[in-house]
Amino acid sequence: MTATTARRLGFRQPSVIPGFGLTLGLTLSWLALIVLIPLAALFLKTTELSFDQFLAVVTSRRALNALKISFGLSLIAAFINLIFGFIVVWALVRYEFPGKRVFDALIDIPFALPTAVAGIALTTLFAENGWLGSLLVPLGIKVSFTPLGILIALVFIGLPFVVRTVQPVLLDLDLELEEAAETLGANRWQVITKVILPVIGPSLLTGFALSFARAVGEYGSVIFIAGNLPNVSEIAPLLIVIRLEEFKYADATAIAVVMLLASFVLLLAINRLQRWSEVRTGRL
Amino acid sequence: MSVAAGTLATRTPSSSQDSRRRIVAEPAPVRWLIVGVALLFLTVFLVVPLVAVFYQAFSRGVWPYLGALTHPDAVAAIKLTLMVAAISVSLNLVFGLIAAWAIAKFEFRGKSVLITLIDLPFSISPVISGLVFVLLFGAQGFFGGYLQEHDVRIIFALPGIVLATVLVTFPFVARELIPLMQQQGTQEEEAAISLGASGLQTFFRVTLPNVKWALLYGVLLCNARAMGEFGAVSVVSGHIRGETNTMPLHIEILYNEYQFMASFAVASLLALLALVTLIAKVVLEKYVGAE
Repeated sequence: MTATTARRLGFRQPSVIPGFGLTLGLTLSWLALIVLIPLAALFLKTTELSFDQFLAVVTSRRALNALKISFGLSLIAAFINLIFGFIVVWALVRYEFPGKRVFDALIDIPFALPTAVAGIALTTLFAENGWLGSLLVPLGIKVSFTPLGILIALVFIGLPFVVRTVQPVLLDLDLELEEAAETLGANRWQVITKVILPVIGPSLLTGFALSFARAVGEYGSVIFIAGNLPNVSEIAPLLIVIRLEEFKYADATAIAVVMLLASFVLLLAINRLQRWSEVRTGRL
Repeated sequence: MSVAAGTLATRTPSSSQDSRRRIVAEPAPVRWLIVGVALLFLTVFLVVPLVAVFYQAFSRGVWPYLGALTHPDAVAAIKLTLMVAAISVSLNLVFGLIAAWAIAKFEFRGKSVLITLIDLPFSISPVISGLVFVLLFGAQGFFGGYLQEHDVRIIFALPGIVLATVLVTFPFVARELIPLMQQQGTQEEEAAISLGASGLQTFFRVTLPNVKWALLYGVLLCNARAMGEFGAVSVVSGHIRGETNTMPLHIEILYNEYQFMASFAVASLLALLALVTLIAKVVLEKYVGAE
């Protein structure tokens, strides 16, 4: 039924393969039940607050600070991942070194390792008596239970994004382009900045944005290492949980809506960036 | 198309790279510096934390380690985690296949919007993924009153944990299948249909064998995330020991009670799962490439 109506409206191209109406119908229903209706409930809940109340919740000192910490530190973490991700990608794609394949496979650890496990491991490592923390104490650097700890956790969970988005593009990059530039008298630095970076630039930005988006919403790996002091080292997702435990549902929802809207904007930006990257590298 | 976390769609075409001889390259000291910085960064952020989990877990020897894992609360958490993962992964497996069939085998308007919506859970904070179900089914939620009258528990019980896990792992299987099935096109299915096969026969005898390795990998990734999900489950679970505590939540409770060794013992199981998932990725990549 659906399929025939759809065809009449020119909604889809005709095909001899059966099951379009059924599978699309099931897909949309399941999507609505699990994702769309629950998210709509979030927006519906905020309508219980007047706009002034909403604004008061979101601009309260503690909420503003939590949002600042989440977004600010995520931005720094994404930037660190951009720089080091590029170095890692370059080493993995261009050079040979022992253990290369193992390191390449390990890049995905932050995707596969549960956030709570990462959280307790990083906290223990960077505690003042931990393997890495004890090395930093003489330098006067405290990591665990400070904003710096949050940053470490966010770098960890965002690490694979830049590497995995840039890697295929750099692998596909035609070496003849570089050779041509070099033959025409460009030095290595000019080749990198004028030939290589323009091609892989969009994918670098995509990886940066993905890493940022992931870090903003991160909860599990951060709460162990953060210390969770209000206004100092309390991230926005944690504030949502705290408000929820105090049964201040509307407050929790208001902060969640702000974060969700930010995620939507980021998602759109990422889609745009990816299309740009595909056009730029001729992979469309 | 957006890049999904860790999917094979982002994998590297590893074929021709080694055979090419490099003509242009950086001077040796620069190369060493770059490799050195890369390895130091990866070692500090990836290798050391992983080693630390197992080191801490076995810090008091094998018997205390086994003791921590066989503690009744730990056993209950492991059982609950396995049950939640089994239900959520099955649901997303069926959904992933159905969605991939609709999206990859037909051309219709609004397809890219649909793909974006399926990807949406990747970009939502896990805490929000839990919160939405509290707003729907919690005591003060939209259906809270109705549920209480009929004595149905969703929040602070298994159904809530499953719902939150399904939402968080929603895109994993579909995300693995869609690019591959799009790439494979519809010719084989069209041939099967023209030769008289029914839709289901075509699916089980043509489509499914063509994507089995990618499907397996999607299921593994989905499973790893389902077993390890913390934020979303934490919001809906209520942390009732022996009842609604999954493994990640149990890790948190033990850690906060300063039972570090026991906490890392449970964590080591999940870390092992992560390692197995990564090894499976490396192995399956070759098979998926052949598909």
